[in-house]
Amino acid sequence: MAFYRPAPYQKPLAIALLLAMLVLPNVLTAFGQEFYIGFATRILIFALAASSLNLVLGFAGMFSLGHAAFFGTGAYVAAICMANGINDALLVFPLAMGVAGLFALLVGAISLRTRGVYFIMITLAFGQMAYYLFVSARTWGGDDGLPLVGRLNLAGFSLNDDAAFFYAALASLAMSIVFLGRLADARFGRVIQAIRENETRMEALGYPVFRYRLICFALGGGLAGLAGALLANLTGLASPNLLQWMQSGTLLVMVIIGGVGYLYGGMVGALILLCLEEVLAGFTLHWHIGLGLLLLGIVMFAPKGVAALFGKQHG
Amino acid sequence: MQDEVTQLFLEQALNGLQFGLMLFLLAAGLTLVFGIMDCINLAHGSLYMVGAYLVAAAAQAADSFWSGLGAGVAGAAILGLLLELSLFRQLYKRDHLSQVLATFALILIANEAVRIIWGAQPVMLNPPDALSGPVEIVGFFYPAYRLVIIAFGLAVAGLLYLLVAKSRVGMWVRAGASNREMTEALGINVQGLFTAVFVFGAALCALAGGLLGPLLAVQVGMGESVLILAFVVIIIGGIGSIRGALVGSLIVGSVDTLGRALLPTLLRATLPADAASTLGPALASILIYLLMAGILFFKPQGLFPARA
Repeated sequence: MAFYRPAPYQKPLAIALLLAMLVLPNVLTAFGQEFYIGFATRILIFALAASSLNLVLGFAGMFSLGHAAFFGTGAYVAAICMANGINDALLVFPLAMGVAGLFALLVGAISLRTRGVYFIMITLAFGQMAYYLFVSARTWGGDDGLPLVGRLNLAGFSLNDDAAFFYAALASLAMSIVFLGRLADARFGRVIQAIRENETRMEALGYPVFRYRLICFALGGGLAGLAGALLANLTGLASPNLLQWMQSGTLLVMVIIGGVGYLYGGMVGALILLCLEEVLAGFTLHWHIGLGLLLLGIVMFAPKGVAALFGKQHG
Repeated sequence: MQDEVTQLFLEQALNGLQFGLMLFLLAAGLTLVFGIMDCINLAHGSLYMVGAYLVAAAAQAADSFWSGLGAGVAGAAILGLLLELSLFRQLYKRDHLSQVLATFALILIANEAVRIIWGAQPVMLNPPDALSGPVEIVGFFYPAYRLVIIAFGLAVAGLLYLLVAKSRVGMWVRAGASNREMTEALGINVQGLFTAVFVFGAALCALAGGLLGPLLAVQVGMGESVLILAFVVIIIGGIGSIRGALVGSLIVGSVDTLGRALLPTLLRATLPADAASTLGPALASILIYLLMAGILFFKPQGLFPARA
């Protein structure tokens, strides 16, 4: 893999897409399909979560299989804040990012000492550890999770309205994507991509490889925390299942279908996977089999992912 | 009072040994697949689940636990052979991402297939009648069936040790784990060896699933939780090392079992009851992960690294 460069038509396409998203709630309401506003919000949130994993996995080359731990931590931070009467989004969202980011910093500090398969499995194990911690935390609902009463307020506006919440999620995703795009193109992004390509050389050039990796890992964790806080607000529940490793696997699948190391890979993957789930679930109760077979097909025949069609990588 | 504590400790230590030996059956196959083929197999837990279902179905059909166990293990071995030939052979040369994605897909397929065939409800698997009661050992009663599991585990562990450490095939396997190209250059059929190791691992999975079936519920999703434990075992032990898998299994098995049984009591003695009842179960459930983090902090390659 080489350095990420957006294709020339990518920016206008993204802006057009954003404009289309701005009128989506109105269009859906006009056709009487309000149900799909929630579905679209879900896609936006998972797009954010998958993009945060793509920063860690695609740009920095760290194969984490415990990313859902940070996602779920963000959800619990939002739920615990709500339970304690703190419901200002401008306070809760940064707090969720901060706590999830700190947790990622801690996990990264130990995990990044290992390499290869060991890293994959130690992140997996830490993810499970967080999962069991929340399962056994009876004060926070244990197995059943912690429900939220209503949604947060943003600058005095309630997000209880589905369309308003859709816009909040859209803004979060758009800002995060812009941030990730700038980051990938900035010095920091070049360095982490170079570390992915040749760690030994970067070490020899005097770059503090461990520190760069760790910061990137924590940033990814923080963004995942934001996505988690949003999801808890959407569904009204912070459940331990959000931290389970199957959830990490799902995020991973999104990134891989969308395109590892492509800015829009996470978005494309989340869109495809969630729509696929929705369509397949309409046909049969046992849609997991169809999904599994499809994934096998993708691994075998389209290993580069779908977003590879939308961005160039210069060699 | 003192006697009761010793008895509880002894009983839990035996439980820990039994759990550790079963983990070893899973971890042994997994660590070889990882170590030799450098292939991440998340579906290892699914083989364990499918194995347990096959044993349960065969035991019901034959009305005998032991013939069911034999048939189930054979069935899982055949399934492992088919999987290796059709899918895993392609995956060895691919990167870790593809391996994770493909085996994740296999988990989805296996869980759903089991749900279609056997339904969502757990399936009952009864231990053989002769072993259903307790036996008395050094002054206390212990379930006979658990003792048989321990005997089985010890026998398989011993056999595996002889096979890997003393036989010619085992020498090839170890050579493949430490340097694959060199082994190939020396004229060993590594491809065939891979298939054999994979099939053997699948059979061990089914054996563990079948033996544990009467103790735990045979149900969808049983593979995932045990898979993570097997991962922890091989990280602690060092990937590709059978000796590491055995030591890691016994550590994880006993720490997990003893932690769950004794930690709440210990905490209650030192902390206020309120704090102890919240902290106890939480701490007990993450004990092995803390242990793993601690070991990796000092030995990032595990206790017995297979590759220098």
